[in-house]
Amino acid sequence: MSIELKNVSKKFGEVAAVNGVNFSVKDGELMALLGPSGGGKTTVLRMIAGLEIPTEGDIFIAGKRVNDISVRKRNIGFVFQNYALFKTMNVFKNIAFGLKIKKWKRADIESRVMELLKLLDLEGLEKRYPHQLSGGQRQRVAIARALASKPRVLLLDEPFGAVDAKIRQELREWLVHLHKDLNVTTLFVTHDQEEAMEVSDRIVIFSRGNLEQIGAPREVYEQPVNEFVARFIGVMNVLEVEVRNGVGRANELEFPAPTQPDGTRLRIGFRPYAVQISSDLAQYRYRAVLRRTYFLGIMLRLELELASGLTVRSRITKEEYAMLGLRDGLDVSIQIRNYRVLAREGGDLPPELQTTYDRAPSIAEHI
Amino acid sequence: MGGTVQSNFKAGRAASRRGTEEPAFVKWTLIAIGLVFALLFLLVPLVNVFYQALEKGVGFYFSSLSEPDSSSAIRLTLIIAAITVPLNVIFGLAAAWAIAKFEFRGKAILITLIDLPFAVSPVVAGLVFVLLFGLQGYFGQWLDDHNIKIIFAAPGIVLATLFITFPFVARELIPVMQATGAEQEQAALTLGASGWQTFWHVTLPSVKWGLLYGVILCNARAMGEFGAVSVVSGKIAGQTQTMPLRVEELFNSSRISEGTAAFAVASLLALLALFTLGVKTWVEWKTRRDHKLAQRAEVIGQSQA
Repeated sequence: MSIELKNVSKKFGEVAAVNGVNFSVKDGELMALLGPSGGGKTTVLRMIAGLEIPTEGDIFIAGKRVNDISVRKRNIGFVFQNYALFKTMNVFKNIAFGLKIKKWKRADIESRVMELLKLLDLEGLEKRYPHQLSGGQRQRVAIARALASKPRVLLLDEPFGAVDAKIRQELREWLVHLHKDLNVTTLFVTHDQEEAMEVSDRIVIFSRGNLEQIGAPREVYEQPVNEFVARFIGVMNVLEVEVRNGVGRANELEFPAPTQPDGTRLRIGFRPYAVQISSDLAQYRYRAVLRRTYFLGIMLRLELELASGLTVRSRITKEEYAMLGLRDGLDVSIQIRNYRVLAREGGDLPPELQTTYDRAPSIAEHI
Repeated sequence: MGGTVQSNFKAGRAASRRGTEEPAFVKWTLIAIGLVFALLFLLVPLVNVFYQALEKGVGFYFSSLSEPDSSSAIRLTLIIAAITVPLNVIFGLAAAWAIAKFEFRGKAILITLIDLPFAVSPVVAGLVFVLLFGLQGYFGQWLDDHNIKIIFAAPGIVLATLFITFPFVARELIPVMQATGAEQEQAALTLGASGWQTFWHVTLPSVKWGLLYGVILCNARAMGEFGAVSVVSGKIAGQTQTMPLRVEELFNSSRISEGTAAFAVASLLALLALFTLGVKTWVEWKTRRDHKLAQRAEVIGQSQA
């Protein structure tokens, strides 16, 4: 079922937790609501569920306006952050609860619960009580319970927050597979941008009640629409530059900005992978020293200090690192391959500055 | 994924000697003081009740209990308890639910009101009812015209006992409901349950131990209340005497046999006290055990999928 939010706001007293939010979710989509704490994403999720009522705006599920429909009648499945399993009931009864309420026949309930136990890898656990389960198992029971009555929408509030990092990884993959099997429209809230990027078809980014951007993971990473998104997603090197003679400068780094008058201050951002490094001091434009290497598995994070003292963060693979013959303390030359103008002091970004600039590496540049 | 939870209390206790413990003699001195107090002021009087009750032999014990005025006092006490405890369960559940789940104006007033019977002297509580419903009272004339007897009759005793025992159930339930939080109930709503279904299937089972404890306390107080009932009932032997009042009358009599009979009736109340304590201890043990099992499961759970 598709979902649509039109100009939805939610105020708690004077504070606007959600501010005029507009977006739609396609039928069968797996969408992440991403943002820092307090951004409004959980409130939006709860409004879709009916656990909160919008102060303004309309919510549509499958084309029908649901503002006045109580949570009981919306036929959505909700998975709470702390699972909210019924502590006095065993796993079977927890999953069967919604079906019992809907007065399903006993045989039907039994077969449906068994089906879900199998689907969610909980076979053999039906007599156990929540306190006898591991965190991951409780999570899956919560999901099974939400899915039992075949809801048209599945909502998850920080589903992997309470579990260890390693388990989180497994559960993420598992959620993607589950979604593919079931094809239920699924929304989940997270503050972990890696999770949102890995799992979802599209991401909606919230900050302080406002919708900042909506798009596929790649789009949001490579084409952030504003500074908040650029800095929130992934790692970003951010510099303040001042324009002189059509070039924005920050210490020795230079970024062409031909349309801007002298004295304009801009904020420039570039991703770690955009930094090109060479042990040949003549190959690239700027001199730097490799101060520290952080081992992250297959990638390495590098801290490079430029001659002026400015620090730049870069990421390369182990192979590249070895090929370039790098080590801590080595003098290198670097080049910034692409960058984005994030903000302009004193005003909005004009359209010509709102793209990602590609700069082909060139020895001729520094002649 | 997922093994069963092992319970390992003994090992835990041995391993938990911390460096912050007081020197042994301080520990034992404090324990000794506590024990001496308990023995002197609690255990000895309790034992004395049974000793005195059985002084004239077991036969006399049972015959003094079946004496008409005494047996009617026992019967009245049981009836009063049977009426007030269920009513207070309903009031207590409703009040606790309102306080734990909702925000509303006057919530602080309600919480204060619930504690009021604890702050008021029972005699004063009884007096209030006399002032309201007694013959010279506010409603006195109206009640007399309609031939309704409240003061110096069973209904008055019921009212006074309801007032005195009102806080017990509510005060047990409020922290339990607040601790459980609203999430399980919200989950029930998302699954299609109505308010009543949520209450019956989710809320009530989650507070069952607290409820049991509150009922036990409420019952003990309902049966043992003296001050308020004394003022309101008129102490008419065979009609409006409850067990505590009966004990007082027997004890104050100049006849020695009645003194022993007083202890016989009192021993029933003492047995009730022991029973209450027993249930209380069992409930506490159960909740502590459930809590520990849940905690242990959390720790294991966080490192498994």
